[in-house]
Amino acid sequence: MSDDIYREIILDHYRNPRNKGKLPDADVSIHDSNPLCGDEIDMHLKVDGSTIKDIKFEGRGCAISQASASMLTEMVLGKPLTSVKDLSKDDILENIGLTSLGPARIKCALLSLKVLKLGMVKYYSDRDPDSAKKLQDDSKGL
Amino acid sequence: MQKHGALDVDKIREDFPILRRKLEGGKALIYLDNAATTQKPLAVINAIHDYYMNYNSNIHRAVHQLAEEATLAFEKTREKVAKFVNARSVEEIIFTRNATEAINLVAYSWGRANVGRDDKIVISEIEHHSNIVPWQILASEKGAKLEYIGVDDEGYLKMKEYSTHLDSNRVKLVSVSQMSNVLGTIIPVDEIIRMSHEKGIPVLVDAAQSVPHMRVDVQQMGCDFMAFSAHKMLGPTGVGILYVKKEILEKMPPFMGGGDMIKEVHKYETRYNDLPYKFEGGTPNIADVIGFAAAIDYLEDIGMDRVRNHEVELTKYAIERITGVKGVTLYGPRNVTDRGGVVSFNIGDIHPHDLATIMNDHGVAIRSGHHCAQVLMERLDVAATSRASFYIYNTKEEIDTFIGALDEARRLFKI
Repeated sequence: MSDDIYREIILDHYRNPRNKGKLPDADVSIHDSNPLCGDEIDMHLKVDGSTIKDIKFEGRGCAISQASASMLTEMVLGKPLTSVKDLSKDDILENIGLTSLGPARIKCALLSLKVLKLGMVKYYSDRDPDSAKKLQDDSKGL
Repeated sequence: MQKHGALDVDKIREDFPILRRKLEGGKALIYLDNAATTQKPLAVINAIHDYYMNYNSNIHRAVHQLAEEATLAFEKTREKVAKFVNARSVEEIIFTRNATEAINLVAYSWGRANVGRDDKIVISEIEHHSNIVPWQILASEKGAKLEYIGVDDEGYLKMKEYSTHLDSNRVKLVSVSQMSNVLGTIIPVDEIIRMSHEKGIPVLVDAAQSVPHMRVDVQQMGCDFMAFSAHKMLGPTGVGILYVKKEILEKMPPFMGGGDMIKEVHKYETRYNDLPYKFEGGTPNIADVIGFAAAIDYLEDIGMDRVRNHEVELTKYAIERITGVKGVTLYGPRNVTDRGGVVSFNIGDIHPHDLATIMNDHGVAIRSGHHCAQVLMERLDVAATSRASFYIYNTKEEIDTFIGALDEARRLFKI
């Protein structure tokens, strides 16, 4: 089973994370952690109009949480910020190629998506509270 | 049962039904998460079963036969606990839900009455959250301060720092663990208590990790309060024990108001019950307290010195084997006589949760994470560690499998 999880691509994103670091002129930054594991993720977003123009993450934790965050940043860079609301648990698990994770480890894989969705809501709640409320209600798995 | 020499582990293992179960893929269970909770022998499971099957009843009130039998069995456990830790009397033994509740009881009852503005409570950097958070709550409520005894790089408490803390005349309580649940360090509580008592300061000992694994004698140690949990010593979950010296307990206000802790209740006033019932409001966890008696009998039959010796042997072997594995960082004292059966480590850049997942493939149950000791994790400058912890039913062969799984993790992560 571990052979299926700790594949080359997961280890590569764990050891050579993409889009990792600070984003000094970020429009929105958000932090969350997984109390079970202590995994931590910060997401920083630069938004141009409604598009994610730049995205960086910081964090520490297991290979699954960090690789998942790295892959997620690649997945959403250049996309409309509101498209984040439609990303589901399965989208993430398919993206990282881990569809058979147990309930404990699934939280590791999904932490970065949770943080990104919180970031999206925070971005709009500072600018357009009504649509932020709607985004929060519509957002899957928040 | 044989009373001397090495444990007959094969025979002991027969008493634990869970050790015979197979995990996914037909793997044998190798249970190395004993610092979190231990497995239960059949005698404990049967005692709980027998209570529900034959004499389930509420205690202390009714006069019917079932109530008498249940009360007798419940109070018999209190006697066994008192004897096990050598308390002077059963009045000094209070049943709670767990060690956490026992410490909270002291913080809410004794703490509120005795700690005031600018007073200090001294704890250490190795503490479990259960011996940190209740004091933070009390300190913020009262405007008091929390002071930490630091830990050195090998996992020993800095006794000089402790001595300096005691120089302040504002210290109202010292509260320390007797054994670290992460580093395994056995803390010199005798010395800590001696120094504290010289200044007239009471000491609480968090014995959740020590009482299950070594002989602990409250009179010899001289502690004022001691907390531990049944489920870490073969007993059921949901039973904690608070020991308090009688002269202190007599002056403590009640913790939880309700039934069973009263003598008389009138419209605007209540006379509280005698010790220890004054501190046991509401129907207690009768079945599990009764089950706990069987756990104490089981450990008494083996003898706590033999339990300790077995764990020292296993720990010594585990440390020898693990230090031979490439990329391993080991935490805690190197001298096994200074530590309990707990081995915390990291390997390369493998996060403990990833390691635990790989271990699980081999049927090996270890713990990974911050072990409810985030203050210590910050001190060690790690986010988490992996932890293997042993008990009476573990074997050197199991440690070999554990080491084999470590090698497999190194292969997967190319370390």
